[in-house]
Amino acid sequence: MANIVQFENVGLRYGTGSETLSDVSFTLKSGSFYFLTGPSGAGKTSLLKLLYLAQRPSRGVIRLFGEDAGALPRQRLPGFRRRIGVVFQDFRLVPHLSAYDNIALPLRVAGVQESDVEAPVREMLAWVGLTERARAKPPTLSGGEQQRIAIARAVIARPELLVADEPTGNVDPEMAERLLYLFESLNRLGTSVVVATHDFHLLHRIPNAQMMRIEHGRLSDPTGVLRNPPGES
Amino acid sequence: MILGLHPHASERRLLDDGQPTRAMTWIMAIMLFLTVLAGALGLGMFGATAQLDRALSGRLTVQIVEPIASLRDSQAGAMVGTLAKLPGVTRVREVDRAHLAQLLKPWLGDAGLDPDLPMPAMIDVEAAGADFATIEQAARRIAPAARVDRHAQWLSPVRDFLSSMSWLAVSLMLLIAGATAAVVLLAARAGLDTHRDTIDVLHMLGSTDVQIARLFQRRIAFDTLLGGIAGTAAALTLVWFLQGRLSAVGSEMLGGVALQRRDWFLLLLLPLGFALLSTLAARVAVLRTLGQRL
Ligand SMILES: Nc1ncnc2c1ncn2[C@@H]1O[C@H](COP(=O)(O)OP(=O)(O)OP(=O)(O)O)[C@@H](O)[C@H]1O
Ligand SMILES: [Mg+2]
Repeated sequence: MANIVQFENVGLRYGTGSETLSDVSFTLKSGSFYFLTGPSGAGKTSLLKLLYLAQRPSRGVIRLFGEDAGALPRQRLPGFRRRIGVVFQDFRLVPHLSAYDNIALPLRVAGVQESDVEAPVREMLAWVGLTERARAKPPTLSGGEQQRIAIARAVIARPELLVADEPTGNVDPEMAERLLYLFESLNRLGTSVVVATHDFHLLHRIPNAQMMRIEHGRLSDPTGVLRNPPGES
Repeated sequence: MILGLHPHASERRLLDDGQPTRAMTWIMAIMLFLTVLAGALGLGMFGATAQLDRALSGRLTVQIVEPIASLRDSQAGAMVGTLAKLPGVTRVREVDRAHLAQLLKPWLGDAGLDPDLPMPAMIDVEAAGADFATIEQAARRIAPAARVDRHAQWLSPVRDFLSSMSWLAVSLMLLIAGATAAVVLLAARAGLDTHRDTIDVLHMLGSTDVQIARLFQRRIAFDTLLGGIAGTAAALTLVWFLQGRLSAVGSEMLGGVALQRRDWFLLLLLPLGFALLSTLAARVAVLRTLGQRL
């Protein structure tokens, strides 16, 4: 199976400080499911930002969908970003748009006909259990509700790569499992999934998932070989 | 489509800040008010210049200064006959002696009526299509001392004034257009800052810069058109009112200032032109600024 993502000796430095990420090398196979764990401040979000093209690495090479992401000219970024769904750690919902319109955004950005927008948005709203809150604006939603809107928005366009940063941090365990099941369904349809999480319960819910651990900006396996979840060897 | 004024509601809401009428609408109303006034001035002056040219271009006066009255009269008769036959000459008429005396009365008193007074003969010529030099030559052959004057020559200072007013109006319009573009540029940059978070999200979801620019373009075009139409309406009402005053003056020369139907139509195009201008300015500003971000 082809590699959807490949990091080679990637380093990231914000401003002039020390490196937040150092010598990060790994590959993600297309169609696979990965967990990224590590203590707070280890660099999970930073690594994901590189993955969804919100940051350029200070050094090293990132290959995405078989192309050198560092060499992408600006006008090709949108095309790449449309193939990636992102659940931001801080949600990043558009505050003056309703839940419905927030979820519909990726479809509208991609130029989907308005008549083809409603059905998938309604379906996603139902999936995350927020059909009744479709007209609500994010500031009036609870943290968990906002998170579910963010997840619905990330998956609605069936991206090739789904990147989720702490997607279950604000919901109860039952909802967390339901959301994880959503990711798994998407994964079965062919989407590669990367989920950063502190939640060790989740790691065992996806039988085929693999795990990466990051500490102090380095993948804890220096060879970059992916680890299977604990217990599965 | 650049001027899509009815984007889908969801897209209009994307950058919504909840204010139905914005400062930009007012600015555009004022800009268009001034521009339309300047435009009306310009068109009026162009019209007056053209009318002056039309009225004077073919008019000239031949003066025969000849002390011997009989010779003068025979020369004048021959002059009228000859000039009338020249190609392009539409009318030749000797100015009535009595009328001339009447005109000179303030200076000469009753002496002007004395038939022995050597008064020059004046011949009015209307020759729209004729060559001035040909007429002058023909006149000299009959009376070597004849003076041929173009009316245009006497009125050239007036004409100069009218035409500098036209150019002043054009410069004013260009200045206002420049100021409008600058205002739009500033507003677009401010808008990019205000909506930075939204724009970042849109970028992350794969929006192109052109898509984002379009959001701004539509807003600006809408504001410009809305304010512009109001400003234009106000300015045209004022111009219409002033024109009524002008026609009450009843001067032939001022008559040319009156706007023609074509002029009104041109003025009505100004808000559209400005909407296009601000759309373009917004696009340039947004694309330039976004081009510097990741
Ligand atoms: N924009 C930034 N500018 C400067 N430093 C940053 C920036 N973003 C993150 N950092 C620093 O980089 C380090 C890694 O941050 P990161 O957000 O990647 O951690 P994380 O593993 O996602 O943590 P958490 O589990 O708390 O979300 C932290 O020390 C953080 O302070
Ligand atoms: Mg984080």
